[in-house]
Amino acid sequence: MIRLLEGPQTLGRGPVFWSCFLAVLAGALVYPLFADSYDVGNFSYFLIWIFMALGLCLMWGYGGMLSFGQTLFFGIAGYAYGVLAINMGGGTATIAALLLSVVIAMIAAGILGYFMIWGGINGIFFGIVTLSATLVLAFFLGQTAGPEWRIGEARLNGFNGMKGMDPLAIGDLYIEGSALYYVMVALIVIVYLALRMLVNSGIGNVIVATRENPQRAEMLGYDVRKYQLLTFVLGSGLAGLSGALYTSWGQFITPSSIGLPAAAMPIVWVAFSGRSDLTATLVGSFLLLFGFQTITIYSQQAALVLMGALLLATVMAAPQGFVLGIGKFIAGRIGRRGKRGDDAALPAASALKTDEA
Amino acid sequence: MSAEVFSVFYQFADVFAFLILSAAGLAIVFGMMGVINMAHGEFIMCGAYVTVGLVNLGVPLPIAQILAAITAGLIGVVVEYLIVRRFYKRPLDSLLATWGLSLIVTQSMLLIVGSSVRGIGTPEGSFAIGDYTFSSYRLVLFAAAVAVLVGLFIVFMKTRFGVIARATMQNAAMARALGARTGRIYAISFGIGAGLAGLCGALYAPTMTLIPTMGATFVVESFVTVVIGGANVLLGTAPAALLLAAIRMTLNASYGQIIGQIGMLVAVILIIRVLPEGLSSVLVRRGR
Repeated sequence: MIRLLEGPQTLGRGPVFWSCFLAVLAGALVYPLFADSYDVGNFSYFLIWIFMALGLCLMWGYGGMLSFGQTLFFGIAGYAYGVLAINMGGGTATIAALLLSVVIAMIAAGILGYFMIWGGINGIFFGIVTLSATLVLAFFLGQTAGPEWRIGEARLNGFNGMKGMDPLAIGDLYIEGSALYYVMVALIVIVYLALRMLVNSGIGNVIVATRENPQRAEMLGYDVRKYQLLTFVLGSGLAGLSGALYTSWGQFITPSSIGLPAAAMPIVWVAFSGRSDLTATLVGSFLLLFGFQTITIYSQQAALVLMGALLLATVMAAPQGFVLGIGKFIAGRIGRRGKRGDDAALPAASALKTDEA
Repeated sequence: MSAEVFSVFYQFADVFAFLILSAAGLAIVFGMMGVINMAHGEFIMCGAYVTVGLVNLGVPLPIAQILAAITAGLIGVVVEYLIVRRFYKRPLDSLLATWGLSLIVTQSMLLIVGSSVRGIGTPEGSFAIGDYTFSSYRLVLFAAAVAVLVGLFIVFMKTRFGVIARATMQNAAMARALGARTGRIYAISFGIGAGLAGLCGALYAPTMTLIPTMGATFVVESFVTVVIGGANVLLGTAPAALLLAAIRMTLNASYGQIIGQIGMLVAVILIIRVLPEGLSSVLVRRGR
């Protein structure tokens, strides 16, 4: 099981990498002791989005399925958490609401994924259909302002957004401040390590084989569609986790977190970071979220212009992703100085074809 | 009775015109180059803004609309030269690049011109049949949609450019080997696509509020029409728009706009499950 943490599908291996990993983790764990609570709250907020980025990395970088509509599942789970938390009451029920809303997002992904994947939709069309579904959901939620749009006690409130749900809690203890931060860090470590194991396992190899050449994978006896559906449901479930956490963090969600600019964000993070590796996505997404937040303080629109420019620059100058490129450069340096054979394994992931359309 | 029949036709024509006008430009670019232009909505926005700007300067509406379409087309050629050109071998990356462009343009417009500009009213004029009155401008839109279809048919079927363009569509390498200047064909096609998007914006500018994010209003309709139409856009787009317009009009009339839009999307998902390659693949097979 431990062996699966390092494998052909993930970069970063050996004692150097894992000591860095532990150092970063240790830094993350002691961070709240030194920072003021406002910054800790902000950090938890960045971490919320990491799940969606990792999910997209799995689908797009490993599975070769570019979904433009990850905010669809973000929104479904976000709204589901709101509706459930309001109707089920606070306390421990919110944990159940969180889990249920992720399950709801995964069911939605299963249904949409079934029609797309069994319908043979791939490449460009996959993105178009997911994006269309996302925009329609945002459009629909935008016009639910009237009092007739309610589910149980929960009013959807159209563009003003839904509010009034309880934050995550166990019994009377609210998970907020540094407690929420630690929960986030723990969740990210679990998800990250679990995804590493998944992509290095047999299933992961089939997922990558499907990306490289679906027909060949089919000929080798794998039902490609099942693996694609699995990847899609898992990736969308992670987007759902982000959504449910987002709603519980701010006790608030609006259709604008589903619409067009929001839908572009995960793509920018993952493309910039380097979609073919989980670690690069994790690091890059966090850096971008951090930078984005800093610029947003000055102007939301300027930040989005910069995001667009970043996406354009990435695709034109470094289609593999900037963080991944830099990471490989450093890894190559270390490898050359240490064991010479170490970077021989690196080209495996760099052979990623940019297009499967 | 004839008033009711006309009313149904009128509503159908309205949706049909919207689908054709918003999808035509996207379909041309997709059909020619296999590239979905995510900045399509921004070309529509460009057409609308130029129209309104010119009309506010005193230019008559029809001339302003034509100039707006030409402006969008020229910008399209520039965009093709600077960006899209590099991505013909990497369609998914072209999607990302044009999406990046779309974000830049939308948000810059929000920064520069703010969230709204003074609009122009819908041209007056209505006519009555039986107990109902109808706005004439909607019929102008329908006529424009039909004119676009006829125009595309003539350009692609009856001209020398059309022959070369279709050859490029079928096999770009072979066309190049036979002496077609495929690079120029691509640039012109992208320009036509952008120009048609600009025309769409120009035609709808008098009917809606102008905001920099208005492109998004058209995006879903144009995407799904192209998806349902399939790879052969010359055959696919018109029947796709007919089919979707019929579905949408029926749902709109019985349950309202929202259900119309959701229902159309559900229909699209069901149709691609049955016809993964779109309507044009069926038509091509029938034709053989």
